[in-house]
Amino acid sequence: MDHFARLGLPAALEIDAGALDKAYFAEQRLWHPDRFVGKAPEARAKASIEAAALNDAYRTLKDPLSRAVYLAALKGVELPGDGKTIDDPELLMEAMEAREELHEAGSIAQVDALAAKVRDELQRALAGLARLFLANDKPAIRKALLRLRYLDKFAEEARARRSNLGTNLGKS
Amino acid sequence: MSLLEIHEPGETPLPHAGEGSLAVGIDLGTTNSVVAIAREGKPAALHDETGKALVPSVVAYPASGGVLVGDEARALMAQQPRNVIASVKRLMGRGAADLHTVAGVLPYEVEPGTGQTDMVKLRIGGKARSPVEISAEILKALKTRAEAALEKPVERAVITVPAYFDDAARTATRDAARVAGLEVLRLVNEPTAAALAYGLDKGSEGLYAVYDLGGGTFDFSLLRLEKGVFQVLATGGDTALGGDDFDRAIAERMLDERKTDGLGDTVDEGAVKNALALARHMKEQLSDREQTSGRLELGGVPSFHALARPEFDALIAAHVKRTIDIARRVLDDAEMKVDEVHGVVLVGGSTRVPLVRAAVADMIGTAPLTDIDPDEVVALGAALQAEALTSSSGGGSDTLLLDVTPLSLGLETMGGIVEKIVPRNTPIPVQLAQDFTTYQDGQNAMAIHVVQGEREMVDDCRSLARFELTGIPPMTAGAARIRVTFAVDADGLLTVSAEEKTTGTAQRVEVKPSYGLSHDDMADMLYDSLDHAEEDMMRRLLTEARVEAKRNLLALAAALAKDGNLLSAEERTALDDARARVEQAAAGEDRDAINAAAQALETLSKPFAERRMDRGIREALAGVAVSDLESRVGE
Repeated sequence: MDHFARLGLPAALEIDAGALDKAYFAEQRLWHPDRFVGKAPEARAKASIEAAALNDAYRTLKDPLSRAVYLAALKGVELPGDGKTIDDPELLMEAMEAREELHEAGSIAQVDALAAKVRDELQRALAGLARLFLANDKPAIRKALLRLRYLDKFAEEARARRSNLGTNLGKS
Repeated sequence: MSLLEIHEPGETPLPHAGEGSLAVGIDLGTTNSVVAIAREGKPAALHDETGKALVPSVVAYPASGGVLVGDEARALMAQQPRNVIASVKRLMGRGAADLHTVAGVLPYEVEPGTGQTDMVKLRIGGKARSPVEISAEILKALKTRAEAALEKPVERAVITVPAYFDDAARTATRDAARVAGLEVLRLVNEPTAAALAYGLDKGSEGLYAVYDLGGGTFDFSLLRLEKGVFQVLATGGDTALGGDDFDRAIAERMLDERKTDGLGDTVDEGAVKNALALARHMKEQLSDREQTSGRLELGGVPSFHALARPEFDALIAAHVKRTIDIARRVLDDAEMKVDEVHGVVLVGGSTRVPLVRAAVADMIGTAPLTDIDPDEVVALGAALQAEALTSSSGGGSDTLLLDVTPLSLGLETMGGIVEKIVPRNTPIPVQLAQDFTTYQDGQNAMAIHVVQGEREMVDDCRSLARFELTGIPPMTAGAARIRVTFAVDADGLLTVSAEEKTTGTAQRVEVKPSYGLSHDDMADMLYDSLDHAEEDMMRRLLTEARVEAKRNLLALAAALAKDGNLLSAEERTALDDARARVEQAAAGEDRDAINAAAQALETLSKPFAERRMDRGIREALAGVAVSDLESRVGE
């Protein structure tokens, strides 16, 4: 059973966050191991597996990027594993330039500005995905998701850089 | 005697009397413990004859024999220090290797563990005893108190643990309960239990924070409350931060003052203990006074010390700021903003300090919730959960606790990089898998190294277990598909298994760390990771680039050995140069240079790869023709 079906939601890029929570809570009420205290071991084991699958589904669908990657996989678009070198020269260029900018950013304000820019890019790229999914343009979906994944990683790097600058300033 | 007993509604003496024994909630604390029971959604702490709910977590094995727990045990401390133990919770699930972190803190003779576990033992009352059996004595005393108060057998309990307790400490707590004759219905994290007590009491909804500052530990958790669901979004803390640090700050000040006044600087163990006891008293007084003073007598020389609230605030400001920094990081983890938090619950005796309350109120922007006794709130929440777990239909107590993992769990991969499989703050129970492959041709075994922590490199994380998946049939590098599965149950305990998917070679290992991860280690690991986040990520990216480059070089070398004759001498030289450049870059520290060299090599080797593919296809076709021919010959 796929994650969408498990939570009784339509397999779509956009989902209602409230509906996701509601479905997740309702299913956990049925399957959480706390509901099976004192029951037969087989029933408890089954509940544990169901509850774990629900948590996996919830976690995957809650985050827009992981949801998009998952939906793409359902449609047969496979992405290379994390940590592989980027195979798109354009993206490689963008990544190298951005990283250089981040490296040179010496103040929290500068890092924040970069992070805000990346967040905007992320939002825009996410918004653009809907059209690609509608057209079922698999190569374009793959390309866009790889870029999104890079942007997400970059946002994380920016956060790390920011906290580093913060502690250094705090110490001096 | 009437044949039919009739009770007023709400006065039924025992709900579910048919089920036999009662289920209680227990807060097994470092300093104090509390037992409570909930009936029809109303929790109450169980008191002794004198009306006290708190049982000091102190156990004595008096010279005269027997075992004492609580106030009676504490009373013996001065006369028979070697027969009395306090704060045993700090040693739960800890091994001899962890002891350097508590050495000097605990005045006990400690022996390394033997036999099945590496957990330490303490020489108390002339006998080596494990933290598990000492904790079991506290639990037995609580059980006895509950049975006396309820006049019924008590055999089941929900026991709370710090959110930060690791695998070993959780297991040790369960074992202690078993020794005490209690079935553990569930281990519940302390902040979650506190939220339960508040949430159910007030019928609150929305985002709530729990700020728990005890004697030696700090926890901060963020929960969402919605129609009986308590969803933990993120948790964090520091297990070497608490009210004890406040006492120490005051005591140090007093000893300094004596030194300045020329009253001597004798600071032996006894002097420190006396100063700390007075400091604690002064701290407590400053909770509802603007100033206080105390008389300290050391070595027969008395000194007088005055302390005003602003001075005290200045002494502890750095500690309080640290708790607020941690709280902000937890909010960050949950991607939540302060103004989204509806309320903050205060737990732990140290939250009585005015500066703490003010700092929390200042951060969250609303007055903290304090109307439930911070010393009892955790036990009350545990009691509510015990009732919810044992009520047959659920009915009115339709609560559901959704908790998370406090620290990331992962595996060591090439180059000592940690591949996180279960990130911290993942809802539990959970089962997550990841596929790995072999690195070398014909590799028939794979070492699986399970680690816990937030850092990117293995050496900076805590090792939980190692095992080896053997019997992988010989395959070319990268062909095997090894699936490693991490399962964390609702109590937070981990099981890891590995399987080679193409052949079904499987091995399963239950991860029982041979010795416990100390809380301090845990907190240190987490905060190290935040302090080193950028540096770590750079190291990881560099290592990844190196591993990837070397993998490609290996593959190319193998291809050249086989099909090198497909290349002209010129092409071969160019390719060898490009290989050398990758080797050279990989030896350096510049990730972009490695990636650029690798990219150049890939572009250059593309025609070679295409020719190899053509040859492969031709050979395959040729093979068909030959077999075709043979079959014709055979006719």
